[in-house]
Amino acid sequence: MPHDAPPAQEAGWPVDVFNVLKRHDVKHIVYVPDAGHSTAIRMAVADPDIHSVVLTTEEEGIGYLAGAWLGGERGALLLQSSGVGNCVNTLALAACARFPLLMVVTMRGDWAEFNPWQNPMGQATEAVLKQMGVMTWRADAPEEVSPLLHGAATMAFNGDGACAVLLGQRLIGEKQWVK
Amino acid sequence: MADFLDRRAAVARLLADRRDDLLVVTGLGSPSYDVMAAGDDARNYYLWAAMGSAAMVGLGLAKAQPTKSVLVVTGDGELMMGLGALATIATQKPANLTICVLDNGHFGETGMQASHSGLGVAIDKVAAGMGFPWTARIDDLRGIDDLRLRLSARDGVRLAVVKIKADNPPRVLPSRDGVHIKNRFRAALGFAPN
Repeated sequence: MPHDAPPAQEAGWPVDVFNVLKRHDVKHIVYVPDAGHSTAIRMAVADPDIHSVVLTTEEEGIGYLAGAWLGGERGALLLQSSGVGNCVNTLALAACARFPLLMVVTMRGDWAEFNPWQNPMGQATEAVLKQMGVMTWRADAPEEVSPLLHGAATMAFNGDGACAVLLGQRLIGEKQWVK
Repeated sequence: MADFLDRRAAVARLLADRRDDLLVVTGLGSPSYDVMAAGDDARNYYLWAAMGSAAMVGLGLAKAQPTKSVLVVTGDGELMMGLGALATIATQKPANLTICVLDNGHFGETGMQASHSGLGVAIDKVAAGMGFPWTARIDDLRGIDDLRLRLSARDGVRLAVVKIKADNPPRVLPSRDGVHIKNRFRAALGFAPN
């Protein structure tokens, strides 16, 4: 992908994220905001059939989605890679009770990162998820997002799996720090 | 110090004459044992880990089941570990959710070290500051009776701090099989396991 790629908002994948979640009958979208998730969050907030819940910290979403599943409904957690670190201990809930857990993770510290403070968690994100029993898939091209998220949602909701789709920084695009 | 409540007596009273539409989530440790001691029920979900998550499990359940009443029974230490959840819950305003914090001012499971509430943090005031429209500090059984009557109202999110004695009654252990408890709970609501 060239460095002067068009802004991600003009591409189709951010809309794909929301559409795949809708197609899987997701009724709860819980999130800590990230620029890469802004389209899905905006569409969730505008959708009267979806409960959109802003969290103070990402692990809140694991508990919330477990509760929603106990109540018979599906949801997804949108977060940034740094937030995966906040989730580690709480992932025991998904592992021990086999709650469906679908996470969509926008990556930082991954490619062309300006802020090196993002790098430790960004580099550890996928390994940490795997160590806690979460299955992972990684999308670096726009056309990969929809099929990978569909696959992850299927294994979460039909197979009681903990699943995370990582949206790479090359997909999202370089953050512009100096305007 | 005032005469604080016996935790088992308080929880048993809160769950007395339990209605069919009351769903209960318990925080790890003694609150799970207290609810178990009051009588195991398929409509109970007992947490054994994920400290700080009980209130959020209650929120997700309350949002998915708006025609049921959801009661979270947890301890002051468990609640404080996920304090931001009170802010999230306050913004969502689930009318059918009640959080009951059993507050002994200590970490009872780990050797009775003083906890934040024991050192002065008033959890009910924190909740009020977050935007909870109804909060209470309960230290007698009359207050428990009042709270029980409010559980079925479903007219606004509530948080009650119940001041209890710092002791450890004999443990009454719920099942630690999280999958079993999950599927049993869902079956009680009419949902099949995957």
